[in-house]
Amino acid sequence: MENFTPVSAIVGGLLIGASAALLLWLNGRIAGISGIVTGAVERGGEPRGWRWMFLAGLIGGGVIALLAGDQPLAGITGMSGPVVIVAGLLVGLGTRLGSGCTSGHGICGLARLSPRSLAATLVFMLMGALSVYIVRHVVGG
Amino acid sequence: MNVATHRLLAALAAGVLFGVGLVVSQMSSPAKVLAFLDVAGNWDPSLALVMGAALLVTMPAFRLILGRAQPLFDGRFHLPVNRAIDLRLLLGAAIFGIGWGLAGFCPGPAVAALGSGQADPWLFLFGLLLGSWVAGRLPPTRQ
Repeated sequence: MENFTPVSAIVGGLLIGASAALLLWLNGRIAGISGIVTGAVERGGEPRGWRWMFLAGLIGGGVIALLAGDQPLAGITGMSGPVVIVAGLLVGLGTRLGSGCTSGHGICGLARLSPRSLAATLVFMLMGALSVYIVRHVVGG
Repeated sequence: MNVATHRLLAALAAGVLFGVGLVVSQMSSPAKVLAFLDVAGNWDPSLALVMGAALLVTMPAFRLILGRAQPLFDGRFHLPVNRAIDLRLLLGAAIFGIGWGLAGFCPGPAVAALGSGQADPWLFLFGLLLGSWVAGRLPPTRQ
C-alpha cells in the first residue's frame, strides 16, 4: 500500500461532493456525468445549455488542477488505442442501459439512499474488480 | 442577469469544482483507478476515500436540499423516477464495470482529462458516445 494517497483522495472527494451538492441546490440537477454527456450531444426535449456549461467547467477545472499540480500519469491508460475505444464503448453502452455511472449512482444516488443506485454501484464495483483481475492476473499473469 | 443565466453559471461553477476534485483525487489517472480495482494485486484503497469523502458531503447536503420546496434557480428538482432494480440496470452496471476495469476510465475523469494533452481521453469518449448511441437505439424494457 505504498501508493496510498489518503489526503489528496479526501480533499478531492470533498470537492466532488461539494460540486454535486451545489448543482442540486442551485439547479435541482443530479451531477451524473454519463447522463450529462449523453444529454449534451443528443437532441431531445431536455435543455442542453447547462450540460455544455458543466462539461466546459469540468474540462477547465481539470486543466487548472493539472497545471497547478504534478500529475504525470493523468489521462494515460497504458492500453492500445483500440482497447481504449472498446473500453469507452462498453462504458457508454453500460451507463446508458444502467442509467448512470460512478457519479450518478455512486455519489448522488447513494446520497439519496436509492436502492437502485446501491445495486448498480455494487455491480459495477464488483465487475470492475473482476475485469482488472482477468486482465492482470489471468490473461497477463 | 436573469435566472436562465444563473443556471448556466451555476452549472459552470459546479463543473469546475468537479473537475478540480477529480484531478486532485487522481481519479483522472487511470493507473490510480486500476490500482484501486486490483484487489488481488498491490491494492491502493485511495479511491474508496474519494467516494467516502464525497458521500460525507452529499449525504447530509442532499437531505437538507431536498427538504426545500425547490432549487434556487429552477422551479423543481429533476430527480430520477425509475425505482425498478431490473435486468436492464444490472446488465448495464455490469457492462460499465467491465469497461471501467479495462482502461481505468469512467465518464467524469475522462472528460476532466481531455486537456491533459493525452489521446486516451479523446479515444475513450469517442467510444463512449458510440456505445451510448447504440444503447439509445435498443428497444425499451417491456413492463
